[in-house]
Amino acid sequence: MILVAFTWSELAQQVVTGLRNGGIYASLALALVLIYRSTRVINFAQGELATFTTFVAWSLMNHGLGFWAAFPLVLAIAFLGGAAIERVVIRPVENASALTIVIVTLGLALLLNGLMNVIWGGGEKQFRGPFSTRTIQLGGVAISIQDIGVVAVSVAIVVLLGLFFRFTKLGLALRAAALNPASSRLVGVRVGWMLALGWGLAAVLGAVAGMMIAPIVFLDPNMMQTVLLYAFVAAALGGLDSPVGAVVGGLALGLLITLLGRYVGFVGETLKLPAALLVILLLLLVRPAGLFGRLAVRRV
Amino acid sequence: MPLLELVDVEASYGPVKALHGVSLAVEEGELAAVLGANGAGKTTTLRAISGVVRRSGSIVFAGKKLPRRPESTARLGIAHVPEGRGTFSELSVWDNLRLGGYTRRSGTKEDARRVFEFFPQLEERRLQQAGTLSGGEQQMLALGRALMQRPRLLLLDEPSLGLAPLVVEEIFGALERMNEQDGTTIVVVEQNARLALRAARRAYVLEVGRVVLGGPSEELRANESVRKSYLG
Repeated sequence: MILVAFTWSELAQQVVTGLRNGGIYASLALALVLIYRSTRVINFAQGELATFTTFVAWSLMNHGLGFWAAFPLVLAIAFLGGAAIERVVIRPVENASALTIVIVTLGLALLLNGLMNVIWGGGEKQFRGPFSTRTIQLGGVAISIQDIGVVAVSVAIVVLLGLFFRFTKLGLALRAAALNPASSRLVGVRVGWMLALGWGLAAVLGAVAGMMIAPIVFLDPNMMQTVLLYAFVAAALGGLDSPVGAVVGGLALGLLITLLGRYVGFVGETLKLPAALLVILLLLLVRPAGLFGRLAVRRV
Repeated sequence: MPLLELVDVEASYGPVKALHGVSLAVEEGELAAVLGANGAGKTTTLRAISGVVRRSGSIVFAGKKLPRRPESTARLGIAHVPEGRGTFSELSVWDNLRLGGYTRRSGTKEDARRVFEFFPQLEERRLQQAGTLSGGEQQMLALGRALMQRPRLLLLDEPSLGLAPLVVEEIFGALERMNEQDGTTIVVVEQNARLALRAARRAYVLEVGRVVLGGPSEELRANESVRKSYLG
């Protein structure tokens, strides 16, 4: 391999950029895992759902709201929208085969994409993020405030979600409903509502990812399509069943793509994506369940 | 008035009818046993009560018609420990117990203390993944989970299945104490008729989806056909 000129300060910058992208992939991957765990279905509409809520944020900000005023409002709208979609669109096909549900989520993605084109038009829009793109010096390393902010927000959301799952009764019920719906019903958990809650939370994660990436790229109806692809890869790398895996998978993928592109000479900008995917493919050949995917231990 | 009364309850799995009109009654505070051979409809009877399986006919619980969904019967105070114990194997012992108390607003700590008094082994293993417990401990955990619901009626499906005799003794001892100390009404389905008739005050015998015999345990123990078929 041909190594490219190397300095520590540049490595630090690259790592932060990688983690920034990784944090966004991780949020969306986590959304996929949340829904997969409870329904065994990959939600192909997760990306469009995220973009849609980002457009809602854009509209609110166009009506004079600041980013941080719009932020909780958008999260609430995303939550209700996600839960409503589960009740209205997914519920009727709940007992159908996984393939049927996958097709329904694909249809939902197309529908949302069309709606965005109708409501907001197809062109790219500038989305003013909450963080300045200025760089600051941290121990001789120049790092953009935006990158730090995106990483911080992603981490905060993931930590909050983890606390919710671990320490609240509702979070426990949500996990239980995914693991063993029959037993959950017997202790009084309303499993149907838990699925709606899961979709709501997934939509919230998607909305965060959308609002974090929109200032970096431009906002347009297809904005999340590539990101969704990365999120799939991140989730598969971490193990589709594992929320921790989704986060680690997302961060690892972000780092891998950035560092391969920068430091491995023949890879460069053009080959960084296939190179990263190749590494992950090899890894999955060794560990098909992903890094954190595990089988439940049972003794009888 | 009995706490639980089934009149002409029928239930099917697809085209296969499992219950052909089951009628039985359980008094408040009673420990009742349901006996019968494999496929007689014992498990289905419990499932019909808790609402896991679709049924027709009338089930009255505490003077009211019983709803037909397990989430709802659980909220009315019916705890059902299903066939295979229904353990959340991937979760810790403690989380399994917390789930038992899901519908209760408070008192998780005190209720857990009572469970640990019944089954001290569970306290030592509270952070362990439930799927790694031994069969006997899992049965204790299932009972503990049910106890956390503070049930008025406890439905148990074959608690002795696959367990060593000593463990079975321990489990049934705990059941009798729950029944006597807390006044919890218990309906237990058992293949081991000798054991069930010893613990229960009243028993019913099911054959191909119907109640063919019912009455106080002493009467059934003395009954010729019960002796032949179930007590060997």
